[in-house]
Amino acid sequence: MTSKNGTTRQIENEDWVACIARIRDAQDEAAFARLFAHFAPRVKAFLMRSGADATLAEECTQEVMAALWQKAHMFDPARASAATWIFTIARNRKIDALRKQKRPEPEDLPWGQDPEPDQADVLALQQESDQLGDAIAALPEKQRVLIEKAYFGDLSHSEIAEQTGLPLGTIKSRIRLALDRLRHAMK
Amino acid sequence: MTQPAIKHHLTDALLMAYSAGTLPEAFSLTVATHISMCDDCRARLASFDTVGGTLLDRSEAVEVGADSLAATMALIRGGAPVEKPAPRTAADNLPAPLRDYVGGDLQSVRWRSVGMGVKQVILPTSRDATARLLYIPAGASVPDHGHRGTELTLVLQGAFADEVDHFGPGDIEVANEDLSHTPVADIGADCICLAATDAPLRFRSIMPRLAQPFLRI
Repeated sequence: MTSKNGTTRQIENEDWVACIARIRDAQDEAAFARLFAHFAPRVKAFLMRSGADATLAEECTQEVMAALWQKAHMFDPARASAATWIFTIARNRKIDALRKQKRPEPEDLPWGQDPEPDQADVLALQQESDQLGDAIAALPEKQRVLIEKAYFGDLSHSEIAEQTGLPLGTIKSRIRLALDRLRHAMK
Repeated sequence: MTQPAIKHHLTDALLMAYSAGTLPEAFSLTVATHISMCDDCRARLASFDTVGGTLLDRSEAVEVGADSLAATMALIRGGAPVEKPAPRTAADNLPAPLRDYVGGDLQSVRWRSVGMGVKQVILPTSRDATARLLYIPAGASVPDHGHRGTELTLVLQGAFADEVDHFGPGDIEVANEDLSHTPVADIGADCICLAATDAPLRFRSIMPRLAQPFLRI
């Protein structure tokens, strides 16, 4: 995990949200290049840790980033931060390309998406995302590693047990403890 | 399809694995169907997705190819913007993700009898787990069975009770190898469930066990 202070992050995310809006409204390639510089190397790392070789990960990363451009009009910053939205696109690509499975999605909420999200909602969501990020960074090492493996190793709990040699019960209780801590931090 | 009184929800482990994208397709279908019916779990999923986004944002980066941005721009120029899909909301009696797999609403289900009035249909998912719709006539029971792996049972209509509790529309029961149970449909109405398993069920009596390989239950 890289560490930055909260203000830097907030400015950064407002910037990402603005970049996505510039892509949506003006097909702004410079805004896209900035998003690409930050997120493409991380998406590629995520795909490689999920089991893709470098070539496949590179190819999928380009597809994920192209999807970001093509879906820019669907991004709702009151519901997800830029990083969370990009994570869901990368995760779906992983399921499709690496696991060769379909991903059933929940049906949409009946009221759909507001045309212009409320800035206060966008800000509140961003603050919560930052708070969660700091809480994850502050987890005891043993717990944090397991949360990262669960998301980034493409491993089930039993597979983590095999890989780490830890008993399944220990893994489950560490993850449970980690989630309890995160919940407590978000209160 | 929001139900006011769902009392059995998804576990953290299931929501986290769905968010991480590590569940077998049959389990993902069951999770997505429950979330379509349950605002609480929808909100909890958003938190788990935020965990994923945060980890991505703060993770170490690897180098992308020198021409990666240019290649991506070429992909973008060669493609078209994705049309915003029409909202997938429940127009009839099945939540949208399930309707995609059934290929229509409940009336279009091609049920197959498995005996004692119980009917089922296996849904087309990847083979690492099985999803099926179960139709249990009012008052009837599914034979006593245990589980080798995990079984998720989501009530779509009606209700059932077993040794654990009573399960109504939207409720999901998460059973593992420790649980042996005999779900019985409420007497008032036929019960329709979506059930997903990652290992064959273990029936206690000899007959269902013989039938198991043929019926895929």
